[in-house]
Amino acid sequence: MTTMTVKGSRRRPPGATRRLIGRNLTAYGFLSGALICFAFFSWYPMIREFILSFQKTNFVSDPTWVGLENFRTVVEDSAFVDAWLNTATFTGLALVFGYLVPFVFAIVLNELRHARAYLRLVVYLPVMLPPAVAVLLFKWFYDPGAGLFNQVLDVFGLGPLAWLDSTDTALLSLVIVSTWMNLGTGTLIYLAALQSIPSELYEAAELDGAGLFKRVWHVTIPQTRLILLVMLLLQIVATMQVFIEPYLLTGGGPENGTVTVAYLMYQYAFSFGNWGGGGALGLMLMIVLIVFSAVYLRVARDRD
Amino acid sequence: MQSRKIATVVAAAGLVLAAACGSEEPAATPTAAASGSAPAANAPVTISVGCQPPKTNPKERAQWDADVTAFQAKYPYITIDSKDAFPCIVPETFQAKLAGGEMEDLFYVYYTDVRKIIQAGQAADISPYLSEVPSIGQLRQDVMSIFKDGDKVYGIPRTNYGTGLVYNRKLFTEAGLDPENPPKTWAEVQAAAKKISELGPGYVGYGEYSAGNTGGWHFTSSIYGRGGDVVSADGKTAAFNSPQGKAVLENLKTMRWTDNSMGTKQLHRWEDLMRMMGSGKLGMMIGAPDVVQAVNNDFKGKFEDYGVTGLPEAAASLSGGDGYMFNPKATPEQIKAGLLWLDFRFLTPGQGQFNYERAAKDGIPVGLPTTDLYGTAAPGVEINKQREQFANVPVAHFGPYVEAAKTVQFKLEPPKAQEIYAILDTAMSAVLTRQDANVDQLLSDAESKVNKLLAAG
Repeated sequence: MTTMTVKGSRRRPPGATRRLIGRNLTAYGFLSGALICFAFFSWYPMIREFILSFQKTNFVSDPTWVGLENFRTVVEDSAFVDAWLNTATFTGLALVFGYLVPFVFAIVLNELRHARAYLRLVVYLPVMLPPAVAVLLFKWFYDPGAGLFNQVLDVFGLGPLAWLDSTDTALLSLVIVSTWMNLGTGTLIYLAALQSIPSELYEAAELDGAGLFKRVWHVTIPQTRLILLVMLLLQIVATMQVFIEPYLLTGGGPENGTVTVAYLMYQYAFSFGNWGGGGALGLMLMIVLIVFSAVYLRVARDRD
Repeated sequence: MQSRKIATVVAAAGLVLAAACGSEEPAATPTAAASGSAPAANAPVTISVGCQPPKTNPKERAQWDADVTAFQAKYPYITIDSKDAFPCIVPETFQAKLAGGEMEDLFYVYYTDVRKIIQAGQAADISPYLSEVPSIGQLRQDVMSIFKDGDKVYGIPRTNYGTGLVYNRKLFTEAGLDPENPPKTWAEVQAAAKKISELGPGYVGYGEYSAGNTGGWHFTSSIYGRGGDVVSADGKTAAFNSPQGKAVLENLKTMRWTDNSMGTKQLHRWEDLMRMMGSGKLGMMIGAPDVVQAVNNDFKGKFEDYGVTGLPEAAASLSGGDGYMFNPKATPEQIKAGLLWLDFRFLTPGQGQFNYERAAKDGIPVGLPTTDLYGTAAPGVEINKQREQFANVPVAHFGPYVEAAKTVQFKLEPPKAQEIYAILDTAMSAVLTRQDANVDQLLSDAESKVNKLLAAG
């Protein structure tokens, strides 16, 4: 009875349902393009990779199920521990630099009264470069002989550093490239968050005698706490997949010093022709990333 | 009205899909004519063949196309479906092409990939069809062994060469060295490298790879040259932790840190040394005549500035080269047709790749000793005769290499080559980037890793 009453109360005027369907049909039409693309280029490969990690295949004969053998193979690989340690170190360093530096840049840009648009463009410029070009540019910067960085250090009577050619500095060198490439995006997002902070809060803080650092500590950080957390999680998810930097700059060397999980995955699949091993590594990385992504979604939902 | 709306929606969806997915056209599917179980003799057959020269190389492409036309006139029942790609094989697309059923019936390979492809079962056994092409029986057996697994044959070589020492003759002259008398021992290499690096900043006497598995590849070249091995004869244990292996690393360590003749930048991969060689600042590197070709064609070097000699003190040499293998899904008729094409285009003196008269006329370099397929057998003698007759590059610059090659034994890559190379990269990069690198420890560590790898099967 109650149900009928509710249904009755929601009865739409004639033609409304058709209009509703028509309107949603258009939306679904637009949505379907993206859905099909995601299905082909993201979801299908993920499912395929999951299946591959439990198979041995040559892409010619029917694949054979091998249980956890691929996982055993990669775990017993001497480069496996190096790859995870390097990835964790890279992620840690990228958080220190790649997370903090854009925030500081955003604060400085936000405080500036002149040339803000110009500086914003300058900061964002590296993002416009194709990643491969940016990485190869740094290959020259890092050249121990004629490279820009050592030339600059030389002016100050410092160096030279081996940069990519030393296990002490190679990973850090990759972090610097990554930070530079992604600086613009992070800075703009932080800047947008900073600009949404009501100016009254700063004015009140100033009236209370707060200097720049106190304003940042007591107003800026609390007001951008959520975006900072979201960016932190996104940063972790992105940097754990680091591949292009070791692939183009170091080939995993020296002495496996820059072999990352994604790079090792590439080695397994394309250099060794062991797609099962590559798939197993990919699945392990995916599980780790899913954990961070789940936290991110939770935080994003709380933020909403 | 409704139908118009639906049409709009469909069109919109299509537009979004096109925009989101990019505008790539679907790849053409090579539809090799799959014949029935018992096709008539000379029944029509189509084979897709990889590595047609790209459009950016119009002269060689025109030669290929002319050869296809002549071949099809000779064998009217065979149709060649040429597939161009540059480079001819890319690891990233090889497996994808196989998985997607896009692999050519007759696909191009480098020697470095042959063993991996055979072990993965990704090439057809062509042994039953070899009698169709008599010239194959005259090919060097050590060269053919690259494509063999037991008694079965999986491919045919196109070019073949052993590793030597590539050097910059111009730099030799500038450094007061005699380009007509290149180093014959590693001590002489060290001395020459030192002199070249003393020419000034940026000059590198001797360059070596140490990243992206190329370090392990050249370690293998070097240890073979010194008479050592990478794995034991039964392929079950590592064999490089030996006096020869130690000598390879110690030699590099001395040149890098004591002589300072290897430059400060390391972790080189293939294109890095090509670029350095092309820029005229690199004195020597391990390589074969194909390096000179690549440096001349793609890295702004000039043929006349370079020479190649035998690997110092070498009794053996790692084989290099390329060839063709067959798609495991190719039919017997396609394999037979493919063998006829290979014979026509790549194995017959005076024809196809050995038509030196045509190549010279078209201004394509002739004279590089990169195709020693027959050794001293009659076709080999004929090919060498014609190569010298129509040479347009300074053949004498490769004389020491050709002379050394006569006594050098070609050796194959070890099993699980890429995995082993990746492990040996660590040792190579260590001695080139760390002055205090402990050679014994590096070899011992690499040995235990390789033993573990080989034991895993």
